[in-house]
Amino acid sequence: MTMERIPILKMGSFLLVTVQVDMHDRLAMTLQDDLTGRIVKDRAHGVLIDISSLEIVDSFIGRMIGNIASMARVLDAETVVVGMRPAVAITLVELGLSLPGVRTALNVDKGVEMLKGSIEDRARGNGHVAR
Amino acid sequence: MVNQNKLAESVRTQQEVILKDWVAFQLAATSLRRDLMKESELRDQSREFLSLFAQALHGGSDIGDPSWKPVRDFLAQTARSRVAQGFTPSETAMFIFSLKQSLFDVIRTTVKDPKELVTDMWAATVLLDKLGLQIMELHQQNREEVIHRQQEELLELSTPVVQLFDNILALPLIGTLDSARTQIVMENLLQRIVETGAMIAIIDITGVPTVDTLVAQHLLKTVAAARLMGADCIISGIRPQIAQTIVHLGVDLSEVTTKATLADAFTIALQRTGASIMKSAVARPKE
Repeated sequence: MTMERIPILKMGSFLLVTVQVDMHDRLAMTLQDDLTGRIVKDRAHGVLIDISSLEIVDSFIGRMIGNIASMARVLDAETVVVGMRPAVAITLVELGLSLPGVRTALNVDKGVEMLKGSIEDRARGNGHVAR
Repeated sequence: MVNQNKLAESVRTQQEVILKDWVAFQLAATSLRRDLMKESELRDQSREFLSLFAQALHGGSDIGDPSWKPVRDFLAQTARSRVAQGFTPSETAMFIFSLKQSLFDVIRTTVKDPKELVTDMWAATVLLDKLGLQIMELHQQNREEVIHRQQEELLELSTPVVQLFDNILALPLIGTLDSARTQIVMENLLQRIVETGAMIAIIDITGVPTVDTLVAQHLLKTVAAARLMGADCIISGIRPQIAQTIVHLGVDLSEVTTKATLADAFTIALQRTGASIMKSAVARPKE
């Protein structure tokens, strides 16, 4: 059996993860392994998770995104979730899952801008980045 | 149904008498609305109803029966026109109930046997009551349709999302926020965020009369949904009373930036997007 993997692309000092398939336990675990490994290896300062092709986001994916963000933060990388669809946003809010502690942006461009901004802030010695 | 046929027969033969009597009664009644309806219109309506009624009586006294369909259709039409004219439900119902007296008079003159008379009267009463209730229900139904339509129109009308500046949207809310409206507001806002790529949305609640826990919850939901799409929300237009209510109710708005006026919110939104508006040294008059 071939192992499914979610590709992780490097964009400068950021990593781009595009989630296009349905998540399940195994895939999520692999992604967490791969991503934490890559953050350390590539010395990435930011992670962009693009979920624009997901039509359904359930509590499982919500929790996984939260976990990834927390892990990345421990490794000194900011996480931004980008490209959420309006219908998905409404469903998540109705479910009471508003992804606390995870930053969001409309698309990859804006996400990159946001990460660049917070890295500059950090460089200026502002320490913790305000949400 | 011997009685039924007899009733049908006497209504048919004495149709003109009943009509004259009935119209006279309606014209004399206090529930008559000369301001809403012309006498000739009332006369025409009464005549048409009576002739349909006489025909339908031959088919039995069950008004759900297909033979009564013309009568039911006529009642529906009458109810609709009376709702449009502004009649009250009882005024509409009196159209049918006022027929009783004229009809009873006819029964009294044609039926001599007292026992039979009572039975006939009873049958006629039951029948007219049914018709009266029917028209009342139709009247109510029409009123509800009007309300429903207005509600829908109001929903479409009252949720505009406007662009104030690059990256800044404003959502002036007017009227109470219930779940149905919140849903529409949220959808509109998120759609516009996608279209314009806005980073900040100002929700102005100057036009929201009261903010209770439910309304606050709806507002927070909208804010959360916008945040998931990468846009920050500012709530503006909070009146002093509303600020007090929010605190008394223990609603937590600490996660959201709140401003007293839309102007303040706009200023902070400009700051956050890195834009600024300046006064030019010389004011240029309009040509």
